[in-house]
Amino acid sequence: MMIHIDVSSVLRQTVSCELYSNLVTRPTGAAVRTQIEALLADSRERSLTVIDFSHVGMIDFSCADEVIAKLLLRYANAERGDREAYFLFRGVTDDHWDAIETVLERHGLALVLETDDGAKVVGSVDDGERVVWEKVLELGRTGPADLASALGTREAECEAVLDTLHRRRLVMRTDEGYIAVGGLGVRHD
Amino acid sequence: MTSVITVPPSLDDFTFEQVVEQLAAVPPDAKVIVDARHTRWASPFGLTALLTLGQTRTERPSFTAPDNEETSSYWARTGFFRHAEELFDLHGSVPKARGGESTVLLEITPVTKSEDVHEVVGRIQQKAQQILSKELNIDAKATVGFAMTLSEVCQNIVEHAGRGGWVAVQTYTWRKRLGRRVVVIAVCDAGCGFRQSLESAPGRVRSDRWDDAEALEEAVVRGVSRFRDPGRGQGLAGVRRYVGRWDGKVSVRSGTARIAIVPSWDDDVPLHEKLAPFPGSQVQVTIPERVSGGPR
Repeated sequence: MMIHIDVSSVLRQTVSCELYSNLVTRPTGAAVRTQIEALLADSRERSLTVIDFSHVGMIDFSCADEVIAKLLLRYANAERGDREAYFLFRGVTDDHWDAIETVLERHGLALVLETDDGAKVVGSVDDGERVVWEKVLELGRTGPADLASALGTREAECEAVLDTLHRRRLVMRTDEGYIAVGGLGVRHD
Repeated sequence: MTSVITVPPSLDDFTFEQVVEQLAAVPPDAKVIVDARHTRWASPFGLTALLTLGQTRTERPSFTAPDNEETSSYWARTGFFRHAEELFDLHGSVPKARGGESTVLLEITPVTKSEDVHEVVGRIQQKAQQILSKELNIDAKATVGFAMTLSEVCQNIVEHAGRGGWVAVQTYTWRKRLGRRVVVIAVCDAGCGFRQSLESAPGRVRSDRWDDAEALEEAVVRGVSRFRDPGRGQGLAGVRRYVGRWDGKVSVRSGTARIAIVPSWDDDVPLHEKLAPFPGSQVQVTIPERVSGGPR
């Protein structure tokens, strides 16, 4: 199931003013996140949500903490066995990045950005996680054995990193293998 | 008995201490006349701090406007008198505000709720890019950081002060200390202040030294917040990073202390303690004109 959320639309519904295009203040961020969570409430056990910042002017640290960090902290957690929610962030520009990067670092979080050059993982990921994630994205759909072969490393190591990336909701685990968020079949305009 | 509080000829974050020192000897419920007749210039900090002074008085104070017409006219254009008339009995020649003033990036604006911060950020963005890049030689990309900084310092009022405050943004040439143009954000409130805000954190253990100065160090330097949420405290940390990137200065006064992140061009001391008490928090952010070879 794929969901597209235009954050600026949610923002305008939240602050009751057509003129505001900036994600500022913690109460605004909390309200926007609550709206997003309400939209996600109907999603099935596995969903991919595109969080679209294309029409958001700027975002401050407090709002980024409420909208992005708390959203990821709630959903990017494999312990929630009832539902697997994945997020792909679209339309993030330099104007948004400072605040987003700060909150990702603060909480040790990572997310997948959709850019003109394709998807990329950003935030707190170590080199091993990044290498594996990028290879999964390149391969499209893969498993530990194929990945180990492609990377010239041991299968057990790949399996462990894939498990970590899945727990962080940076790759999806399907019956046929792993898919990077932002990879196969998830690019929609 | 009525006490006269004399406003110095040049009113900024340093000379405002003279005002606070005079007030310290006056009980909060005593009548005061704030005498600005001989004042010729005031920074955004000075003007917003004067308004917070009005908020602190139980007995409605009087305010005597500057004799100098140019000064008075400028204060009117910043919106000062419009807000002051709600807090003070105004005396002297108080001009009506006319037209916009190019150096006033954001006229004095009340901040009490989240929507006010949206309004402030929305208004500043229209002018900030032009002023920052053309007048201060700062990369246009810095505009977003400037708006974020403004947003975060205003949010301190909404989140922590417990009562409304004011914000003003202005550019001017700071001849005395810097000899360059600066853009200055001033955000002042007469709320609970940093020490009381941090004391309200559940289960908080106070150190032996606990006072306004330590509260400021905790909040401004170490990013401590009264909330246990680990995401808290990023706002002021972000302000510090932005100010550092553009060789700027941030100072915060609260209670009896004042802390500053001091750039190389300034000779301020990082921490002033045992100042005369003044309620709430008063924040000033100064970003100087960039000279070639300066930070990017």
